[in-house]
Amino acid sequence: MTAAMVLDVGLALLVVAVAVWIVAAGSAFAAVVGFVSFGLLLALAWARLAAVDVALTEAAIGSGVTGALLMTAASRLRPTESRSAGERPGAFLHVVAAVLAVLVSAGLAALVLIPASPAPSLAPAAAVHLPELDVLNPVTAVLMAYRAVDTLLEKIVLLLALIGVWSLAPDRFWGGAPGLWPRSRPDGELTLLARLLPPIGIVVGIYILWVGAIAPGGAFQGGAILAAMWLLIMIAGLRPVPEIHRQWLRLVLVVGPAVFLTVGFAGFFLPNGFLSYPAQFTKPLIIVIEVVLTLSIAAILGLLVAGPPERERQR
Amino acid sequence: MLAIAVPAAGVVLAMALGGRQAERIALAAASAGLCIALAIAANIWQSRTPIAYHLGGWAPPLGIALRADGLSAIMAVTTAVVICAIGLFARQGFSVPEGAQEARAPMVFWTLLMGVWAGLNAVWFGADLFTLYVALELLTFGAVPLVSLDGRAETLAAALRYLLFALLGSAMYLLGVALFYGAYGTLDIALLSGLVRAEPVVWVAVALMTAGLIAKTALFPLHLWLPPAHAGAPAAASALLSALVVKGSFVLIVRIWFDTIPSLLNQAAAQMLAALGAAAIVFGSVLALRQERLKLLIAYSTIAQIGYLFFLFPLASAPLRVASGTTELWTGVAWTGGVLQLVSHAVAKAAMFMAAGLIAEALGHDRIAGLGGIARVLPMTVFAFGLGGMSLMGLPPSGGFVAKAMLLMAAVAEGQWWWSVVILAGGLLAAGYVFRVLTPALAATDAPLTLRTPVSSGRQGVVLALAICALLLGLVPLRPSLLLEVGRHIPTTVIAR
Repeated sequence: MTAAMVLDVGLALLVVAVAVWIVAAGSAFAAVVGFVSFGLLLALAWARLAAVDVALTEAAIGSGVTGALLMTAASRLRPTESRSAGERPGAFLHVVAAVLAVLVSAGLAALVLIPASPAPSLAPAAAVHLPELDVLNPVTAVLMAYRAVDTLLEKIVLLLALIGVWSLAPDRFWGGAPGLWPRSRPDGELTLLARLLPPIGIVVGIYILWVGAIAPGGAFQGGAILAAMWLLIMIAGLRPVPEIHRQWLRLVLVVGPAVFLTVGFAGFFLPNGFLSYPAQFTKPLIIVIEVVLTLSIAAILGLLVAGPPERERQR
Repeated sequence: MLAIAVPAAGVVLAMALGGRQAERIALAAASAGLCIALAIAANIWQSRTPIAYHLGGWAPPLGIALRADGLSAIMAVTTAVVICAIGLFARQGFSVPEGAQEARAPMVFWTLLMGVWAGLNAVWFGADLFTLYVALELLTFGAVPLVSLDGRAETLAAALRYLLFALLGSAMYLLGVALFYGAYGTLDIALLSGLVRAEPVVWVAVALMTAGLIAKTALFPLHLWLPPAHAGAPAAASALLSALVVKGSFVLIVRIWFDTIPSLLNQAAAQMLAALGAAAIVFGSVLALRQERLKLLIAYSTIAQIGYLFFLFPLASAPLRVASGTTELWTGVAWTGGVLQLVSHAVAKAAMFMAAGLIAEALGHDRIAGLGGIARVLPMTVFAFGLGGMSLMGLPPSGGFVAKAMLLMAAVAEGQWWWSVVILAGGLLAAGYVFRVLTPALAATDAPLTLRTPVSSGRQGVVLALAICALLLGLVPLRPSLLLEVGRHIPTTVIAR
């Protein structure tokens, strides 16, 4: 047994152990903490499988942003948690759910472990066209060229989700600021963190975006890191949460999808039609789109965590 | 491509400009979208061949194709017509009040209307299983907030329940997509149809995807989320959800069964789907008969009408036993009947929900017992409701009649008579619940009704126009439609032989 194998088996056992711990956790808050570490462990597992792009996304979105969302929800539910304890599902339901989960996992495991020989894959085909796109990371090529329309529509989904979150606000607060109240004293450790981390975090975020062309990384992961930095600053109260009616905010939110769509429409003047790039400008165009997408993604993710407006609009 | 891009651009623009502009952008996008849908349908009608579009010039399997066949053309036109009507209807309810720059409900409504539309068109034209997943996400995130638009606690609960069902459905669908890619290395429907073999991974993938999509379509017994969600939403949103959104996931099931795995289509599984459909017809109709509130009645009737759609699977696939040589004809009849049910229910149900919305606005409530004499004050609206009801019952001349008659004929001709019993019983039950509304509405009352708010004749006119569309669909001839045969798998292979 090699050292790498010990590491892998240990990681796998740890993932399962943390999952069990989440299910067994007594309070929602403890379960969320477990969930965040679960996501980070999964990210490690993806990294071990050489899927660094997936690992980055899992860490940033699965663990980071989702964790922050759940954390907020758990802290809001805390006052009512003891009251709803009696409404927890009974033992029978637990057993049924467990049996179903085990059956599904076993079925999937059986399917995955039956080897399709050779496993069909588009990876070689995706690699063939990389030189003409002037992009070295095949994942970026898939997201920005081969399957660009999926990426574009997913950004629209993000916008719809944000509108959905905002729609939960009472009418009188529309246009006001989300309810992410500052939670720390001006001399507290959070404030210190919020002053120290963002300069580094912003550089890392931009690096991850930039490196996406040649190595794992890209708009989504970079945007998530930027969003985290922005949230940290807002939670520490160093900068106010913006009111959602602000024109600049709306522009930042839509600039990514808007530029992407515009480039898409411009493709109608090219032989290959919608969403095709002119040969000599492929790389610059992809970079421009990625940069504006990063901005929009950071803003959307930040506001998704910040929640619906909870204060009246200032005149 | 334009059909998807225009509403998507509408979302972006409306979000950027906000305020009063959102409504104008939505209505402009609606008229542009109608023209695009008609152009696509005309093109297919003339050329009699499906159109494929490779995005960015990347051909599948690496790239993504959009494909327009007869089914997508008809659905795109139906969607555009219904959305235009909803847009005109909603102008009054969802305008920004005087003195405000922007208000919550209008902003959310108009942007999500376009979001849902982009999702629907992506479903109709998508030819790649993962693009179709993104389309489903657009539908989910567009539709769920519409349910809780008025912000009451019970609609929030309904929206949350809808969200849970919809997300579970999406997750199961995505799992199936992953299995397909893992097994065959492509997600393009046309390529997959040539590759699939009868093996466990396909059965599991199709079962997962079908189950997930059934939850989104609200087929019995996974219908529990639908009535509170569709009845609680504002009338314009209910019309959108009931007429179109549930059809999106249904068409996806059709795409999987008839386009992705046509060679493996399993008659036993098809019979099971139709059995669920039959149960939906009976349960939905009986529950509709027992409702006290008008909007809930219409919502339960949606569950029943969705049931008819699932007869498509046994009737339009290989028949059990049939005189040789006529197979093609009868599956074609069932196919046209099924799609026509899709279209006529969309139009009729949108008209009925909006009519119910007008009645509820005028009276301040929608209790069926309190509808006495409403036909005197809102004759156009009640007339529209009745026309929509005719289509649900399957009375001639209406789209519902032609659809149900064709399904009935195919069921008898293919020797699957048991479905014809359910179709007939469903018609009777539908008559029961429609007349439960019409009888008090048409009754003469001594005391004149006082309306809470006057109802503009323009909005009544929109509803009536839509109901008349449902009636005109009854003029479709009772034979396989040439337009719908474009790009349909089974007959083309049969003819090739």
